[in-house]
Amino acid sequence: MAFPHRPDAPELPDFSMLKRLARDQLIYLLEQLPGKKDLFIEADLMSPLDRIANVSILKQHEVDKLYKVENKPALSSSEQLCFLVRPRIKNMRYIASLVNADKMAGRTRKYKVIFSPQKFYACEMVLEEEGVYGDVSCDEWAFSLLPLDVDLLSMELPEFFRDYFLEGDQRWINTLAQALHLLSTLYGPFPNCYGIGRCAKMSYELWKRLEEEEDGETKGRRPEIGHIFLLDRDVDFVTALCSQVVYEGLVDDTFRIKCGSVDFGPEVTSSDKSLKVLLNAEDKVFNEIRNEHFSNVFGFLSQKARNLQAQYDRRRGMDIKQMKNFVSQELKGLKQEHRLLSLHIGACESIMKKKTKQDFQELIKTEHALLEGFNIRESTNYIEEHIDRQVSPIESLRLMCLLSITENGLIPKDYRSLKTQYLQSYGPEHLLTFFNLRRAGLLTEQAPGDTLTAVESKVSKLVTDKAAGKITDAFSSLAKRSNFRAISKKLNLIPRVDGEYDLKVPRDMAYVFSGAYVPLSCRIIEQVLERRGWQGLDEVVRLLNCSELAFTDMTKDDKASSESLRLILVVFLGGCTFSEISALRFLGREKGYRFIFLTTAVTNSARLMEAMSEVKA
Amino acid sequence: MNRTKGDEEEYWNSSKFKAFTFDDEDDELSQLKESKRAVNSLRDFVDDDDEDDLERVSWTGEPVGRRTRPGSFQSLSDALSDTPAKSYAPELGRPKGEYRDYSNDWSPSDTVRRLRKGKVCSLERFRSLQDKIQLLEEAVSMHDGNVITAVLIFLKRTLSKEILFRELEVRQVALRHLIHFLKEIGDQKLLLDLFRFLDRTEELALSHYREHLNIQDPEKRKEFLKTCIGLPFSAEDSAHIQDHYTLLERQIIIEANDRHLELAGQTEVFRKHPRKASILNMPLVTTLFYSCFYHYTEAEGTFSSPVNLKKTFKIPDKQYVLTALAARAKLRAWHDVDALFTTKNWLGYTKKRAPIGFHRVVEILHKNSAPVQVLQEYVNLVEDVDTKLNLATKFKCHDVVIDTCRDLKDRQQLLAYRSKVDKGSAEEEKIDALLNSSQIRWKN
Repeated sequence: MAFPHRPDAPELPDFSMLKRLARDQLIYLLEQLPGKKDLFIEADLMSPLDRIANVSILKQHEVDKLYKVENKPALSSSEQLCFLVRPRIKNMRYIASLVNADKMAGRTRKYKVIFSPQKFYACEMVLEEEGVYGDVSCDEWAFSLLPLDVDLLSMELPEFFRDYFLEGDQRWINTLAQALHLLSTLYGPFPNCYGIGRCAKMSYELWKRLEEEEDGETKGRRPEIGHIFLLDRDVDFVTALCSQVVYEGLVDDTFRIKCGSVDFGPEVTSSDKSLKVLLNAEDKVFNEIRNEHFSNVFGFLSQKARNLQAQYDRRRGMDIKQMKNFVSQELKGLKQEHRLLSLHIGACESIMKKKTKQDFQELIKTEHALLEGFNIRESTNYIEEHIDRQVSPIESLRLMCLLSITENGLIPKDYRSLKTQYLQSYGPEHLLTFFNLRRAGLLTEQAPGDTLTAVESKVSKLVTDKAAGKITDAFSSLAKRSNFRAISKKLNLIPRVDGEYDLKVPRDMAYVFSGAYVPLSCRIIEQVLERRGWQGLDEVVRLLNCSELAFTDMTKDDKASSESLRLILVVFLGGCTFSEISALRFLGREKGYRFIFLTTAVTNSARLMEAMSEVKA
Repeated sequence: MNRTKGDEEEYWNSSKFKAFTFDDEDDELSQLKESKRAVNSLRDFVDDDDEDDLERVSWTGEPVGRRTRPGSFQSLSDALSDTPAKSYAPELGRPKGEYRDYSNDWSPSDTVRRLRKGKVCSLERFRSLQDKIQLLEEAVSMHDGNVITAVLIFLKRTLSKEILFRELEVRQVALRHLIHFLKEIGDQKLLLDLFRFLDRTEELALSHYREHLNIQDPEKRKEFLKTCIGLPFSAEDSAHIQDHYTLLERQIIIEANDRHLELAGQTEVFRKHPRKASILNMPLVTTLFYSCFYHYTEAEGTFSSPVNLKKTFKIPDKQYVLTALAARAKLRAWHDVDALFTTKNWLGYTKKRAPIGFHRVVEILHKNSAPVQVLQEYVNLVEDVDTKLNLATKFKCHDVVIDTCRDLKDRQQLLAYRSKVDKGSAEEEKIDALLNSSQIRWKN
């Protein structure tokens, strides 16, 4: 189990430097406000901060008390207040209200706002409007890349998805370009660049512009990572919408992994308290099962438990000296392994219990039918019943989206009836959610002949052809068809199964979905790497509605070692799932590559749906 | 040396001598060189350090992950003092906003570039419409949403809304940024004006409707929803909005009535099962469940009766039966459950029918811990034999399993089942009697 890497697999670059950089910058910024100060931290920044610094570091730099940014009056009595926040309007309003309350009370203090990863003009505008611009000094903490694991970098910006793919706001493109620039500064230029998607293309262009402006910085550096691949989430929604069945994905779907760690509740720890556990390559037990199909995990863990028992048992019949050795050298390791093992067994049990309760088998069957495109009527009925029984609103929405994307939209009759029942089951205000989903292209109604929307044709009449082209682009998400069925056929996403698919010995990336489906995103990456570009994929690219949005940029670089050419950085704009990570890790092992993942945030189907929901639970 | 530099900066930042202009290019160049040197040297510095020794403490104060070596951590700023990295951090971290730009003749592209770098940059010199638009297009071509928004804030302030809207109508990328910006700062009025101008009636209506989420008081919310009814929604959505209003109206009546009933303490069901939450703002199906739970027998004429809800909101049979079943099963009112599926034909014979499939009925009954006698009646009604057998086995409806095996003439399965029933029980006897019977022609 836990497939080893090929002996010739390249070493991963050391990304801990990124943590060090971020920490140094934060310390520098704190020092900019000399003397004792209270620090207000935005909730979303706490976990990322946790991973790079700790309380004692902050204390050393004269942070006195720590507060969470909440919409409550501050109790701080410090003369200096420092705010560490994401650039959000509501944070600005909160800070402004604090400052204004102080002013009313005739109190003067120093205020500093540190925006992470960057400041937005809209935020400054709010400070200005509220009359506190100038009372507050602003800084930026360019902490945009958090290494969550040896091969996983996260920007920890889940809002990237909604901001860009729903609202069309490009505010994070610069942040991403800066992050890529930082990577090329630290790890050398990327000789081979590929990408697909509008956001990917824009980010790439802005990044290249940054490199030009700061010309020379990466020149002459030896590339450490041979390839970079940028991919928009909307190129492949299907994969992100599927239920995950590899262990790490399943843990994420069930317990929600947050910033690389998970809170295991009492039902897992079999004690009365919850436990926060870091999940990464350092957890030896987890590292062996994270990429496994869930059906293998139980067997593996019990084998492991037997081995462990045997090792413990060895102490019988030891003499004093051997025993001393055992206690001083092995016991600690065994105990650690024991602890981890019992945690993961507990997690498995809890997952099994939950999944049996919710008829996971039937759910998976429906998903597979949708992916393969048979028994659509039956699947639609299943979804309907799901809604009628008020099973989780997020789950129902996810299934509807999966049906919509795989079928190029719902037929109008089904759309109306499912929507009505959904509103009746989960609340009429979800009308807003349906509108969002339609705009993002996640849940649409088949239009006769797929005509342009009324607004679009109206606008098109008003302007010249050239501008009309631009407008069509702007409406692309509304008008474009997903063409999933045709793409699936072209790329062979549904493996033909002769007999049972042996999940213990996976033969392709489809194992991450029980052998039923090769993740589209990963297949695209595989194909492009194999062909070293988009040659021969024109039809697929066209079906993906990305005709002008697929690009390749290869520079001949003699300095690139053969080892570096087998390292690939994959950038997911809008989030990637653990299933995709597992699938590409598998591909890497097969081909002797290593993949490094950079994502705006780790995502899953529930997070995508929640991002689209207008009604916060 | 560093200290002097810091002092210098402070002086200029607080300086009122605005005539001073940075020699910006030089400044950037030196910054660049410094960063480059720093980054390269930092690499070595970082590589040498053993990060693993750092104590990791979460914000709750608990240590996370590895073992710690308390007190071993040397302040990083101290550690940095002898390395070139020191100069790196200040440069990167220098508050970009403090760079002032007093030059008046930046071109649109220079201006946009400076904005992108986070520098404060006056836009006041872009006064002609042509200049403004050029600035906007430059920002759009750079792809940086933050800069696009910055320019839009300026345009919004310095152009009449008609002109602004007209220009944005043909610039969709910028338009989307303005819409998002207006949503975020909550400028609802301008947003609605914009949708009206663009003739985006659906978004106009939805944006207005969205406001109801911020109204807590139920009466006020109801009144607000009333104002939404006439908005230009699609025909289908209009009906949803109307329903939303009617539902809340009903809930307000039911809530007032039931709170009274509960307080009076005269009604058995409220005494036995006190309400856990108010019914206000709950979905329709939840309201129906509530009504089936507390008001099942009420005549159609009352607002709180299930039949009335079903008619008013045209709830499909399937949905109605599912919900009523769940509610009555929860109360263990098996008689009502029975009645729910009993139909009479014209000859007066009764027959059991369910619009949802009896396997679902069985599951729901089981979830509400129905007794075996009740369960097996419905298990028997499951049409598909395999499903029936599975359910019967799962829920220990012995008679059903035994009878089904007999009907299937499956001796082997019956034999296997014998080991699952209690020794000496009536079931075992029944099985033995069948196995010994010479009347049955077993298929195996």
